[in-house]
Amino acid sequence: MKYIKAFRDANLAKMIADKIAAEVNDNQPYRLMEFCGGHTHAIHRYGIPDLLPKNIDLIHGPGCPVCVLPIARIDQAIALAELPNVILCSYGDMLRVPGTQQKSLLKAKAKGADVRMVYSINDALAIAQKNLSKEIIFFAIGFETTTPPTAVALLKAKELCLNNFSVFCNHVLTPVAMECLLQDENAEASVQLDGFIGPAHVSIIIGSDAYKKVAERYQKPVVISGFEPLDLLQSILMLVQLINEKSYGVENQYTRAVKPQGNIKSQALMAETLELRSTFEWRGLGFMPNSALQIKSAYRDFDAEYRFPLQMSQGQEHKACECGAILRGVKKPQACKLFAKACTPENPLGACMVSSEGACAAYYAYGRIK
Amino acid sequence: MCLAMPARIISLLENETAIINLGGVEKQISLALLDTEISIGDYVVVHVGYALTRLDEVQAQQTLALFAQMQSAKEETK
Amino acid sequence: MSGIKRRGALVDVKRGCVELSHGSGGRAMMQLIDQVFLSAFDNELLAQKNDQACFNTEQGRMVMTTDSYVISPLFFPGGDIGCLAVHGTINDIAMSGAKPLYLSASFILEEGFSLMDLQKIVQSMAAAARDANVKIITGDTKVVERGKGDGVFITTTGIGVLAQPINISADRAKPGDKVIISGYLGDHGVAVMSKRENLSFFAPVESDTAALHELVATMIAAVPDIHCMRDPTRGGLASVLNEIAEQSQVGFMIEENTLPIREVVAGACELLGLDPLYVANEGKLVAICKSADAEILLAVMQKHPLGKHAALIGEVVADANCFVQMQTSFGGKRMVDWLAGEQLPRIC
Repeated sequence: MKYIKAFRDANLAKMIADKIAAEVNDNQPYRLMEFCGGHTHAIHRYGIPDLLPKNIDLIHGPGCPVCVLPIARIDQAIALAELPNVILCSYGDMLRVPGTQQKSLLKAKAKGADVRMVYSINDALAIAQKNLSKEIIFFAIGFETTTPPTAVALLKAKELCLNNFSVFCNHVLTPVAMECLLQDENAEASVQLDGFIGPAHVSIIIGSDAYKKVAERYQKPVVISGFEPLDLLQSILMLVQLINEKSYGVENQYTRAVKPQGNIKSQALMAETLELRSTFEWRGLGFMPNSALQIKSAYRDFDAEYRFPLQMSQGQEHKACECGAILRGVKKPQACKLFAKACTPENPLGACMVSSEGACAAYYAYGRIK
Repeated sequence: MCLAMPARIISLLENETAIINLGGVEKQISLALLDTEISIGDYVVVHVGYALTRLDEVQAQQTLALFAQMQSAKEETK
Repeated sequence: MSGIKRRGALVDVKRGCVELSHGSGGRAMMQLIDQVFLSAFDNELLAQKNDQACFNTEQGRMVMTTDSYVISPLFFPGGDIGCLAVHGTINDIAMSGAKPLYLSASFILEEGFSLMDLQKIVQSMAAAARDANVKIITGDTKVVERGKGDGVFITTTGIGVLAQPINISADRAKPGDKVIISGYLGDHGVAVMSKRENLSFFAPVESDTAALHELVATMIAAVPDIHCMRDPTRGGLASVLNEIAEQSQVGFMIEENTLPIREVVAGACELLGLDPLYVANEGKLVAICKSADAEILLAVMQKHPLGKHAALIGEVVADANCFVQMQTSFGGKRMVDWLAGEQLPRIC
């Protein structure tokens, strides 16, 4: 598998790790947030913390779309799935996420709702074409990486007049969330950061320039990093060097896929079909203005929020669940009373334990040895 | 987030679709998001059945060359 | 067709489908049994057409197991539900070291299921049993209304005999023991997934479904004191190791570098976000033995066609937590935990 294996070489990793060790100042903390859950997953899967000096602290961020989706939206999706004559399609990641009272799409399916896992939104379109007498709702989640395929599907549905297809849109935006984390940096119980390991695949779409504003405004270095372990180590090395030089701004380690301007065509497809929501709730971060996308009125026929009565839900979290603080980077999973006790991957009480990208799931799967 | 993998284009089909190969696995994907010309043999980064971008092989080699350079520099100082 | 006399009209296998009458106990059921099942499984015990089969027992301890088979799709690259139902039950017997002798087969058919497909499945079962030298000597069919089944479900029960005084059991792993896997991991799971609706991809890999008792016989002949043996089916290697760790109150340390995984299986797992350690196998076994026996055992396994790619993948360690850990090829260590829920393809 070309361009995968070469970036997982153990000897090179050791060499970069040595270089990091040589560059760090012993008396200085390096608090680096990996924004993406994909990075969290890779960091633990490859045991990267073991390779780093003690004063480099990797703090996981809110970049797991499954984890940041507020429980009210999950409740709404479950309610949509339970409507008569509906087939609700979504990515495998969403099926086990607990809503209010631990209900999930899988549990709704067990009780008779027609819930189907798809690999791509195109598969949902195909299901709609095959089942014209049914309403097919696609439960769309994800950051900017997963949004353009939704845009293409909306265009296609309109072109084909596929009137039994609609999208329950929950796409959210990365730079806004980053800014929100930094905004209340001085507030109590907020996260202290020296730099960001920036998203890999989100940045393919939005480009590395998209983080310039945040980096400059809050004077933090951001290094866009690939998802393979050598990418991560190189990015950490770059961040250490930038922090030592007291410089800030955006640098790109993942040059083989990310361009400064991003993927212009994908951006245009999104702009054609989707627009900013005035506000959207994020689990852990609360309501943030302009932090999510909704379907434009020209495509309203394909917007599940307009086609179906949405159930109003307050969305009740488990009382002791610390997902919120964990998503803000303020707490580590071990600090949650439920972690690995009441809350396990078999019986997740919070979203961070469900998604394999969730900080809790990653710590549970890879971190309990120590 | 976002599971995406570099895979090689092995054939181009109608309607902006193509077949990719990853370690022998073949799958039909959409090229609808690409803003660059694609030819057989190119690598693309695939996510949920869509190519997000063409992988810049020159840049990939440069990143790998940089690692190799760091290593040889280190060996010289030994 | 020894001893089997056809009664009544021919069943229209080519165009027909399962009807409720095929399960009603009447003539239609007899015709189906005669022409689809008996003719395929054909043996003297079955031909007696009693509600049970009567046989002499051999010297030694008897071993019995039962398993139900439900799989979608019913036909997949390298096999189908029929041969799977024979291999799986034979393997469960074989993992004790016993020689499998007889199987029973029970079918739950869904009204409307194509008789052609049913015949294909039954013939595949018959061939698998014949190749394994195991007889299907009794059985049952029931028909459920359309929509209340998934084509066909099969339950097979197996009887075997353990002639030698050996004791292979999941509670016998001891620190220092070696772990051997009989070949490539994950072939079955990936072959089946490649044909699932909404997931379809092409992977040049076939299910590894196979009867392992002959491989086991050669292993026991060379190393009678194998401590544990299990076939890593659903839940894959990771689940089997966690089960043994729990039952023996030990831990495992396996080496990622030594795991035999085909590139295509690794590729499919990368694409779908799955871990090959959790993907199902249907023709593989994990054996645990004393360190001193490991090389001999590995060598005889590698000489057998079903163990050609056998590999030593790690060892049993003392661990009060019963953790299964893996030394990664990247140089770190990680937990190989129990599988949580079903392994679902993921996008993030």
